[in-house]
Parts: sequence; structure tokens; C-alpha cells
Amino acid sequence: MSVNYKELKKDRSSEWRQELRNLLSAKERLKGVRVKMSESSPDERNKNFFEVNNGITAEEAALEARRCLDCPTPTCISGCPVNINIPGFIKEIEKGDMKNAAIVLKSTNALPAICGRVCPQETQCEIKCIYNKIGEPPVAIGNLERYTADTERLSGEMSIPEVAEPNNIKVAIVGSGPAGLTTAGELAKLGYDVTLFEALHEFGGVLVYGIPEFRLPKEIMRVEIENLEEMGVKFVNNFIVGRTASFDDLKEEGFKAFFIGSGAGLPKFMNIPGENLINIFSSNEYLTRVNLMKAFKFPEYDTPIVKGKNVAVIGGGNTAMDSVRTAKRLGADRAMIIYRRSEAEMPARDEEIHHAKEEGIEFLNLNNPIEYIGDEKGKVKQMKAQKMELGEPDDSGRRRPRPMQGSEYLMDVDVVVVGIGTAPNPLIQQVLPELEMTAWGTIVVNDGMQSVTRPDIFAGGDIVRGGATVILAMGDGKIAAESMHNYLQNL
Amino acid sequence: MYKIVQREVLSKDVVKLVITAERISKSRKAGQFVIVKLGEKGERIPLTIADSDLEKGTITLIIQRVGLTSHKFFNIKEGDEVTDIVGPLGLPTHVKKLGTIIAAGGGVGIAPLYPIAKAFKEAGNKLIVILAARNKDLIILEDEMREFADEVLVYTDDGSAGTKGLVTSGVEHIINRENVDEVVTIGPAVMMKFVALLTKKYNIHTLASLNTIMVDGTGMCGACRVTVGGTTKFVCVDGPEFNAHEVDFDEMLLRLGAYVEQEKIAYENVLKGSDGGVE
Ligand SMILES: Cc1cc2nc3c(=O)[nH]c(=O)nc-3n(C[C@H](O)[C@H](O)[C@H](O)COP(=O)(O)OP(=O)(O)OC[C@H]3O[C@@H](n4cnc5c(N)ncnc54)[C@H](O)[C@@H]3O)c2cc1C
Ligand SMILES: Cc1cc2nc3c(=O)[nH]c(=O)nc-3n(C[C@H](O)[C@H](O)[C@H](O)COP(=O)(O)OP(=O)(O)OC[C@H]3O[C@@H](n4cnc5c(N)ncnc54)[C@H](O)[C@@H]3O)c2cc1C
Ligand code: FES
Repeated sequence: MSVNYKELKKDRSSEWRQELRNLLSAKERLKGVRVKMSESSPDERNKNFFEVNNGITAEEAALEARRCLDCPTPTCISGCPVNINIPGFIKEIEKGDMKNAAIVLKSTNALPAICGRVCPQETQCEIKCIYNKIGEPPVAIGNLERYTADTERLSGEMSIPEVAEPNNIKVAIVGSGPAGLTTAGELAKLGYDVTLFEALHEFGGVLVYGIPEFRLPKEIMRVEIENLEEMGVKFVNNFIVGRTASFDDLKEEGFKAFFIGSGAGLPKFMNIPGENLINIFSSNEYLTRVNLMKAFKFPEYDTPIVKGKNVAVIGGGNTAMDSVRTAKRLGADRAMIIYRRSEAEMPARDEEIHHAKEEGIEFLNLNNPIEYIGDEKGKVKQMKAQKMELGEPDDSGRRRPRPMQGSEYLMDVDVVVVGIGTAPNPLIQQVLPELEMTAWGTIVVNDGMQSVTRPDIFAGGDIVRGGATVILAMGDGKIAAESMHNYLQNL
Repeated sequence: MYKIVQREVLSKDVVKLVITAERISKSRKAGQFVIVKLGEKGERIPLTIADSDLEKGTITLIIQRVGLTSHKFFNIKEGDEVTDIVGPLGLPTHVKKLGTIIAAGGGVGIAPLYPIAKAFKEAGNKLIVILAARNKDLIILEDEMREFADEVLVYTDDGSAGTKGLVTSGVEHIINRENVDEVVTIGPAVMMKFVALLTKKYNIHTLASLNTIMVDGTGMCGACRVTVGGTTKFVCVDGPEFNAHEVDFDEMLLRLGAYVEQEKIAYENVLKGSDGGVE
């Protein structure tokens, strides 16, 4: 997406914005200190599943909003994958008009309460903030985004976007992750008759089955879905498109176009000896049991989970961080990250790594498992690992890890969680062989997120990108909705 | 939405439920299953679609109570609703005309065997059904199978019905009597293991339908993984049927025991009546 600087300039030169800018000199603004999000204490929170971050107060938000210099060319916006008008909503906060702040935010980002919590702001918008140039911490854009969205939600007066006259054209959305939800919302605004199909019994994709409550409370998801329902989106759960009904069946029932946002749900394993022993889980299984099925409340809830004492989590991404912090909360004495590169290469958000450390997670970086050893009941009891060192950079630009000769050692573990990544579920490919796919099983699309081989099919999010981020999935959904509209109006 | 329109107790621990599920009744094929969940706090468990009625838009599930969730299903009443049913899942059985087929089912495996046996008969095969269980009470669907099978043999551990002996005796008996083109077996993992060992000896192609632990049933979690022919497969999407001669049954047996301690706690709670019914 490209930034529309002309529109932004117009906004920026509005009278109230100029007045607000003149209220305080840049020098005064630069004196402000970046807000610090209040957090529950590590020793308490690592025993429960409540949200770690408690949000910022109105006062703190106002002070933080003042730090923003309202730059003539706001570089932060170019770092945001959906180009949120960042100074636009921040200046509304400074002015004290929270309602408008939410409107500005939501005009480009349908799910700000979620993005404010899970986006890697430190590598997107905040890294582009002018403050970095003068060696000061950037404006806390993520915290302000979260504050704006939460304030609106808690006010009980959420603004529901306007919906155009119904055009009675039926469209189907496959999957209720951030990509599907965004597309559904955008198409509903344009007046389409939108039905969203979800395979699981709950809506939200990774946001409900993967990301834990302590990072993203499910209540937030529930409110977003209610809003979409109010906009007329029909939600159908327990429905696997391609199995419960085929794409052709749905076409016959009048659906004119499809958006596939089926994600990348297939867990990867390392294929090393002993990996099928009992108590070795994929991150997806571990997190699904705990988040979606509430196994942490077993036996009040029926789904069980094994609570390990020595838990090794393999990987260095958000999935691994969520798994290891979950293990700690379930009562592990040792909850360890086993990662084959060093901390500098970790793909997880900085905040998650930082929180994990505070909570007592051990980081065994530059270590890699090579085998698991079980007891007579087939339960894992030991992990054989080896030490690694970093060599030359690989394709991803990160230095390639390589094993150190003779460094193998054994470690006692009773639960292992493999969080090394996921791949697209092959179902879509099985049922739609005419779709062009890459060797990785992702759908090939054009600039408009339209399949290059089947014009009535659009796709976005992880099924197109492999494992990516919430905001990219939402950005895709937005583009897809626009080009679906284009396609459907020209049928 | 998923209403129980008929409930019939088939034996002491086995119940048959006919449930409204229009979409699934249309799209399902022999060998496929559903994942079901009861109540907000329920767990997701897999159950084979034993039959379906296109006109009424219903599917039939046959459930043996072995633990918490199957117990709740046993106690469900006509008119009640199942909170969640998703499917059809798994790959359908590859049914074709091969000649003579043995369908060997043990205990709770008899229910999932029923639709597959029926499909093989409908494809024009000679069908010999062997049913085996610990005792008479656990032999189910005998009459239903007789309606289409060319022959039905019953074996029990204690001799309380049919011939005293194991399912393998029955299979071997038939193999020695006539030419058999394929064996399909469903039952406890130990039983399938021994059927596979036997038919391997005679070099008869054998399918086993695996009843591993599952969570989502859509290929997302890997709880259902087994080793087949040396590589890891997900039973819910790559199966549930595999070439029995390639399945690592010993590993599967161990993995089925993954939650025995927790399952015991939950089941004892429900038997004590602290959480008896369906919420
Ligand atoms: C544990 C974990 C933590 C993460 N943390 C972060 C983070 O902090 N920040 C961040 O930006 N990103 C994070 N990510 C990545 C992010 O969640 C994903 O990139 C994003 O959710 C992708 O969205 P999506 O809409 O493409 O798919 P998903 O969220 O995967 O949703 C796809 C949905 O489609 C359903 N589905 C699939 N096939 C079908 C079908 N045939 N019919 C019907 N429904 C179907 C699935 O059941 C699922 O609900 C994390 C991922 C994980 C696993
Ligand atoms: C593809 C598939 C199809 C199935 N079809 C049917 C069916 O049509 N009818 C039916 O009754 N069951 C079927 N099963 C098995 C059924 O899913 C389990 O019996 C059920 O999940 C047990 O749940 P529970 O909470 O009642 O018992 P749990 O508390 O989970 O288990 C109690 C005890 O039962 C035994 N057990 C657990 N799981 C299994 C299993 N999968 N197989 C054998 N013994 C087990 C163990 O000894 C365990 O300790 C199928 C399984 C699969 C994977
Ligand atoms: S049950 Fe989860 S992958 Fe098969």
C-alpha cells in the first residue's frame, strides 16, 4: 500500500491541528518521557492467565500524545502495513476527543484493540518515528492505539461503521482469522451479503486458539465479532469449506465469490528420533488445549493437559514464547526456550521476550534438540541436544547456525513443545486443484489478492504469505475486499 | 441445531444416536467421521458416521462409553442438542470391487466398521463379517450386518456368544477356507496389531482404521500422529485408514495412554455424579 500524503497534508493543515501544534513548542514536546505500560508483577502473573499489560491511564495517554511532533512528513505511517493515520489519531487524543481518535484509527484498521496488543510495533511504525533519529525512545504508538480502542470498547458506545444499501450479492469468507474478519467487515460495508465459515467451534483463528488470554483476552475478540454481526455478517461455525460443503455446492447456493483466509495451521515437526513420544506436543496442540479448550481449568473443563515440571519449548518465535509462558503458568519449575540461533535472531516480539525473561523463563539459545528418549510407558524423559554456533548469513540474512562437534548432552524433560513454525493446511489444495500454489503450499495471487487461475477466488493472510502477522493478514483482507468489489461489479 | 431425533440403547454400554445434521448427511462418505462436543466445557472427540439418511437429513453415531465424554453421550436424551458437530472429516474409504472381503471388527470398532462393510457389499464384493468382543453384551450390530453380509461370524473371549476365541481365529479360519482379497479391520489397537501380523503372514492386503486421540480433527494440532511406513502421518487428514502392515501399532498403543491419569480423574468425577449430565 502506498501512503496518500495529499490527504494527510489536508488533515494536518486543518485549523485545530495547527492550533494544537502551536500550543507547545517542539522543544517542550521533546522533554516528555515515553510512557511505561503498567504490568502485573512477574511473580504473580506467571501463575495466572490474566492479561499482563494493564493499559495506560487517560493522563498518561494525554502526555504521550503530546510527545508526538505531528511531523510534516510522518515517516511512522510508512512503517505501518495498513498505513494508519498515526499522527491523525494521536492528535485527537491530545485534543481529548477519544471518539474521533477511534474513528480515525478504525478508518484504516478494523481491529485496533488487537493490533495494539500483538503488532510488532518496534519493527514497524515505532522504528520509523523521528525520535529514533535523535536517540530518544519513539512515541509509544502501540500503547496509544490500544488505549484508544479500549476506551471506545469500555465506553459501551462503539461506533459501528456505516453499511451501504444491501446489494443482495452473496459472498463467502473461508476462515475467521484476522484476514477473514477484515474482508468480511469491508464487504459488509459495501452492502454485500457476507457469510463467514469457520472450521472450529469458535471464531477468531489464531487469535482465539493460539494467542493466550494473558496477551489477548478473548473478550476483545467477542466484542469485535458482535460488531461484525451487527453489520450484517453471518457467522457459521463447525463448517469446513471443502468438506462440509464443496466450493461448487456453495456456488450453486448463490455465492458469487470467495475469500480464503484459511491460515497456516499445519504444525511442523523436526522429524528427529523420539518425536512421537507421549508429552511431546506441537505448539498448536498445546496452545489449543489451553486457550480454545480451556484445559488450564481441567477438570472443570473436560479437556486435559499435561503439566510438566521440566518443559522444553523448541523455537524462538511468538508461538514458542506463548507456549513457554503458558508452561510456566501451568506450574513448570523449569520452562525453557531451546533456540538454535542467538537472541538477536529471534523472530518474537521484543516485548514477549522481555516479559518471558521477567517471568523466569530460561533461554537456552544456540542449542538444538537432536533426539528424545522415553521411559517404559512411552513418555519423554530426556532430550539429547547439541550446542550451536553462528556461521555465514543465510538467505534470510540471519547467520546460519551450525552444530558444534562433540557438544551433545542430555537434559531431563517431561514435556516438550515444538514451536518451530507452521505451514498451510493442504485441504484447500486438495479440494481446489485448479488453484495455482507455490511449492510451500501457499496460494498464488495477483496484486488484488485474486487467484491467478480462478478469478472468483481471492485469498490473503497466512495462506498466501506462510506464517506472517496479524496486521499483514488484515491488510490483505482490505485489498482483497476492494478487488472483490471490483470483480463483482463488473461480472 | 444438531438435535437428537432418536436414541436406542444397543447394549449395556453402547448407544445409537440419530442426529439432525443436514449438510453432513449429504456430504459424508463411508469411512469418514465427525468431531463432536457437548456443552461449553466439553472436549472434542471423534466419532465415525455409522450411517446417514439423506431424506431426513440425519446422521447416525454409535458410541461406546469408555470415559467421561462417551459417558455423557450415553446419557443424552431424545430432543437434546449436541452443541457442536463438524465434519465429515478424514479421507473416505477407497471402496471398490475386489472379490472377497473380510471385515473384522472388535468391540467399539464394530460401529465404525458398519458403514465400510456396507459400502464394500454395495460395490459388489463378497462380504464376510467377523465380530469379536469380550462378551455377548459387547457384540453390537449383528442383525444389521446380517442384512447385507454374505456371512457373519461372532467370537467372544468367554464364549457367551458365537465361538469362544479371538477375532484372529475367525480371520484365519476364513483365510484357510477360501481366497480372500482384502481384510478391513477396526477395533482396539492391540486387536488390529494381531490381525495385521496374521494377514501379513498370508500376504493379504489389510486396511486398519485408527482411533487415535484427536483435538481439532482438521490437521492443525498433530495429537493424532502415528508412524506409518516409517513416516509420521496425521490420522485425521491422512487417514483414518492406513495399510495395516505399515502401521506402528506399538507406538499408537502407547500414545493412546497419554492422558490415562487425567481421564481417570474426570471419569471418577462424573461417576460420582459431581458433574453428571450435560450442561
Ligand atoms: C501462537 C501464535 C502467536 C502469534 N503471535 C503473533 C503476534 O504477537 N503478532 C502478530 O502480528 N502475529 C502473531 N502470530 C501470527 C498471526 O496470528 C497470524 O499471522 C495470523 O493470525 C494469520 O491470520 P489469517 O487470518 O491468515 O489466519 P488464521 O488466524 O490462522 O485463521 C485461519 C482460520 O481459518 C480456519 N479454516 C481453515 N481452513 C478452513 C476451511 N476449509 N473452512 C473453514 N475454516 C477454515 C481455521 O480454523 C482458522 O480459524 C502468532 C501466531 C501464533 C500461532
Ligand atoms: C476416527 C475415529 C473414529 C472413532 N469412532 C468411534 C465410534 O464410532 N464410536 C465410538 O464409541 N468411539 C469411536 N472412536 C473412539 C472415541 O473417540 C473414544 O472412545 C473417545 O474419544 C473416548 O472419550 P472419553 O472421554 O469417553 O474417554 P476418555 O476418558 O478419553 O478415555 C477413557 C479410556 O478409554 C480408552 N480410550 C480412549 N480413547 C480411546 C480410543 N480412541 N480408542 C479406544 N479406547 C480409547 C482408554 O483406555 C482411556 O483411558 C473413534 C476414534 C477415532 C479417532
Ligand atoms: S486431530 Fe489435530 S491434527 Fe489430527
